[in-house]
Amino acid sequence: MQRVGTQDAHSGGGQGGLGGASLADVTDDLPSIGQVVETMAFRAGFNTNMVIAGTTLLGLAAGVIGVFALLRKRSLMTDALSHATLPGIALAFLAAGWLGFEGRTLPVLLLGATVTGVIGVLCIQAILRFSRLHEDAAIGIVLSVFFGAGIVGLSYIQANAAAGSAGLNKFIYGQAATMQPPDVMLMGAIALAGIVATLLFLKEFALVCFNDAFAKVDGWPVGIIDLVMMGLVVIVTVAGLQAVGLILVVAMLIIPAVAARFWTERLWLLVVIAGVIGGSSGYLGSVVSALLPRKPAGAVIVLSSGAIFIISLVAAPARGVIASTVRRLRLRFRIAGDHLLERAHELASPALDRSEVDRLSDVRGWSRPFRSLLLASLRKRRLIERGVRGAVTVSQAGLDRGARVARNHALWEQYLVAYADIAPSHVDWSVDQVEHVLSDQLVRDLERQLAARGITIPGERPERQAAPA
Amino acid sequence: MTTPRSLAFIQFDIGLDLFPLIAGTLAAVGCGLLGNFLVLRRLSLMGDAISHSVLPGLVIAFLIASTRSPLVMFLGAAIAGVATVVLVELVKKLGRVEPGAAMGVVFSILFALGVLLIERAAVRHVDLDADCVLHGQLETLAWYGAPDTLAGLLQWSSFDAVPRQVITLAIMVVLAFAFVGALFKELRIAAFDPALATTQGFNATSMHYLLMIFVAAATVASFEVVGSILVIAMLVCPAATARLMTDRLPSQIAWSVVISLACGVGGYLGATAIPAVFEKDAVNAAGSMAMVAGGLLALAMIASPKHGVITRMLRRRRLAIRVATDDLLAALYRAEEAGRTGLPRDRLGALLIGQPLPLAITRATRSALVTDDRGVIRLTRSGSVAARDLVRRHRLWEHYLVDEGGFAPDHVHAPAETLEHLPTQPPGGPSRDPHGRPIP
Repeated sequence: MQRVGTQDAHSGGGQGGLGGASLADVTDDLPSIGQVVETMAFRAGFNTNMVIAGTTLLGLAAGVIGVFALLRKRSLMTDALSHATLPGIALAFLAAGWLGFEGRTLPVLLLGATVTGVIGVLCIQAILRFSRLHEDAAIGIVLSVFFGAGIVGLSYIQANAAAGSAGLNKFIYGQAATMQPPDVMLMGAIALAGIVATLLFLKEFALVCFNDAFAKVDGWPVGIIDLVMMGLVVIVTVAGLQAVGLILVVAMLIIPAVAARFWTERLWLLVVIAGVIGGSSGYLGSVVSALLPRKPAGAVIVLSSGAIFIISLVAAPARGVIASTVRRLRLRFRIAGDHLLERAHELASPALDRSEVDRLSDVRGWSRPFRSLLLASLRKRRLIERGVRGAVTVSQAGLDRGARVARNHALWEQYLVAYADIAPSHVDWSVDQVEHVLSDQLVRDLERQLAARGITIPGERPERQAAPA
Repeated sequence: MTTPRSLAFIQFDIGLDLFPLIAGTLAAVGCGLLGNFLVLRRLSLMGDAISHSVLPGLVIAFLIASTRSPLVMFLGAAIAGVATVVLVELVKKLGRVEPGAAMGVVFSILFALGVLLIERAAVRHVDLDADCVLHGQLETLAWYGAPDTLAGLLQWSSFDAVPRQVITLAIMVVLAFAFVGALFKELRIAAFDPALATTQGFNATSMHYLLMIFVAAATVASFEVVGSILVIAMLVCPAATARLMTDRLPSQIAWSVVISLACGVGGYLGATAIPAVFEKDAVNAAGSMAMVAGGLLALAMIASPKHGVITRMLRRRRLAIRVATDDLLAALYRAEEAGRTGLPRDRLGALLIGQPLPLAITRATRSALVTDDRGVIRLTRSGSVAARDLVRRHRLWEHYLVDEGGFAPDHVHAPAETLEHLPTQPPGGPSRDPHGRPIP
C-alpha cells in the first residue's frame, strides 16, 4: 500500500516517501549564520515565529506537568495514552465527513483524540481492576491494540475516503514546521492553560503525590485532584500531537522531569527546572526544524532534552553519577580510616606495624591501591604519620578520633541491646556501619536514653572528662 | 466477485493473499510464544521498548555496512535490543530512576535518534521508511503468477516463489520454538523465581539477556513485514489472554500459540474480507491483527471460565448465597435455643442484613432444610442437624480463638462468624464456649 506519497518534500515528518526521491531533494541546505541568528531571535517571519513560540510553550507545559506524571509513576501510562489517541483522530475525521463538515480542522481531530485517549486510560484501569494482569501488560495491551485500531482507521481513510484525507499521518511523527497559525494558537493556548492550572494547584498536587493517604484523611478530594492531574497530562499530550507526534510526545513529558530530578530534592525547584528543560528543548527543536525543514521537530526536541538528561545524569551536583560516586567514595574512605584509628585505640598503642595493617586490610577487604590512598588521605588529615617499612603511627588527634568511634560503637550497641531487643551476639555487624555516622546530637541522646536504664559508657563525654578505658 | 483462483466462500486470492497471510501469522506466532516469558516477568513493556529502539539499530547497521543483507540488519537490531536492556538497567541503577520512567527515557531517545538517522539512510535511496517500521509492508509479498489450482500450489516449483521475508520469519519461528523447547525448564524457573534459578546453578541474568536477544530477533524478523505495532501487540496480548485462561505454564504457552494463530488468520481475513463486503478496499492487516488480539483479550477478560469477570461474579454470588443459607440456619437454631421455633421473614431480614435472604430461603427450602409456613421459617429435622453442626463449629472456633489465639472473649464472634463457613473442622474438646453457652 502506498500510504505516504501525499506529503510535499518539505514535510519534515520523517516519513518521506523515499523510494523515488532524488539526492537533491533530501540533502539539507545548511543555513547561513544569519539565518540561524534570525530564526533564533524570532525574526524569521510570522509563521515560523509562531511555531517556535508555540513549541517552546508546549515544551514548558509538558515539562511542568510531566513532573507530576513522574511522581505518580505514570510515565508509561502516558505512552499508552498518546498511542490511544490515534483511533480517535481517524474516527473524528470519518465522523466529521459523515456529518458533512470539514474533518481536517484541528479542534475536531483533537477532540476525537482526547476521547479515545481517555478511553484508553480507562481501559488500563479496567484491566487492572477486573483481571489479574499487571500494569505493564495492561499498558502494552492498550498501547498496541488502540494504535493498531488507529492504523486500521488511517489505512481505511487513505484507501477509501474522498479527497482531503492526506495529512493525518503527521500525527504519528509530528510536523511542527508546517503548522498553521490557528493550530499553533490552539496548541499555545492549551499549553498556557496547563501551566497556569499546574501553578494554581501546585500545593494540592504536591500533597497527593507525596502522601495521598494523609491528603485523604485531611479531607482533600484526592480523587478529583488526581483526575485534574491526569486531565492535564491528557490535554498536553493532545496539544503536542501535531507538533511532535504521538510516539515522541511521551518523551516531552518524561525526560525533562527525570532530568530535573537529578538537580534538586525540592518540588517547586523540580517544577521550575523541568519547565526550563522542556521549554528550551522545545525551542531548540523548533528552531532546528525551521532551519532544516527535513529534520522532524519531534525527534530534535527529544534528542535535545535527551542530551540534557545525559548531562544531568552524569554531572548534576545533587544526584548525578559523579557527585554521588564522589560522596560514596568519601564516605568509604572515612569509614575505612575510622576502622584503622579504632584499631589503634583498641590496641592502646599509636604504632601499628606492617603485619597489623595487613591483617586489617584482609579483614576489611581493602585492596592495595585503596589502602595506599587511604593512608595518604589519613596523613593529609594529620591523623597518622608515616612509620618505617609500611608501619604507621597514629597521631594524638587520630587516637582521639579512634576513641570516639569506639565509644559510639559501644553506645549504639548498648542501645540496640537495651531498647531494640537485639541479641548481643547479633549487633556487631550493623553497629559497624552506624558508628561512623552518629551526630553529636544523637550521641547525646543515646547517652541520655542509656542513662535512664542505668547504663553508662565510659569514655569521652562531650565535656571531655574521663580518659578512655 | 470470484476469480477462478479463489479458494473458498470468502475472497481469498492465492497470488495476493497467501504469503501476506502466512507471513503475518508466522510473525504473530513467534512473538506470541516469546511474549509468555515477558508477561510473566512483568517485562511486557521491554518488548515495547525494544521494538522502538530496534529502529536506530537497523539504520546504524545500514549506515555502517551499506547493505541491507538480513544478517547485518539482524546484528544491528540484536545489538540495539540488548543495548536497550543494558541502558535501561544503567539509568535505573545509576540515576535511581523509577523503572517505567527509565524505560520511557531510553526508548524515546533511541527512537528519536532512529527517526533522525533514517533521513541519512534515505539519502542512499533505501526504502527504509519510518512508516513501514510502524505498520509493515505485508502488501509487498504478493505472488505474481501464482498457480490457479491447489494441485499447482503443491509442487516443488512453488517453493521458489516463497519470498525471503517469509523464509526469514519461518526460521525465526522454528528457532523460537527450539529455544523455548530446549530451555523450557530454565526459562520457567527464571520467570517465576530468578533467585532460585541462580542457586540452581544457572544464571538468571544471562537467561534474561538471551530472551531479550530472541525478542529483538523476533522483532526485526517481523517488523519488516508487519511493523512494530503488531510485534508489540503479539508480545503482550496472546500471552496475557492465555494467562487469563489457565494457571499452568505449558497450557498457557499452548493457548498463546493458538491465540496468535487466530489473531494472524482472523486479522488478515478481517482486513481483506470485511471491507470487501461493503465494497471498500482492504485496510491495514497488521493493525487489524492487533485489534483481533485486543478483542480476544476482552473476551477472555469477560468470559474466561477460570479468571473471567462473569465467572468470578458467579462464584462470589454462589458463595454469598451459601454463607447466607448457613447464617439463616444458625439464626433459626439460636432462636430455638432461646425457646422460639421458627422466625418470620422480616425478623430474619433484620438479622441477615445485606445478605441475599430470599435466595437463601429458596435454596434451603429446596434442600429440605427449612419450611416456609406463610412467612414463618422453621428448621426441618435435617436442617436442625446441619444448623447444630454450624453453631457447634462457631462456638468451637470461639473457644479456640480465646484459648489458643489469645483473643479477648468479646472479640471472637466476628472472626468465628467467618471461620464457621470454612470446611475445616475446628479442634474439638470443651462443652461450653467462652460466653458460657453449650457447644452442641
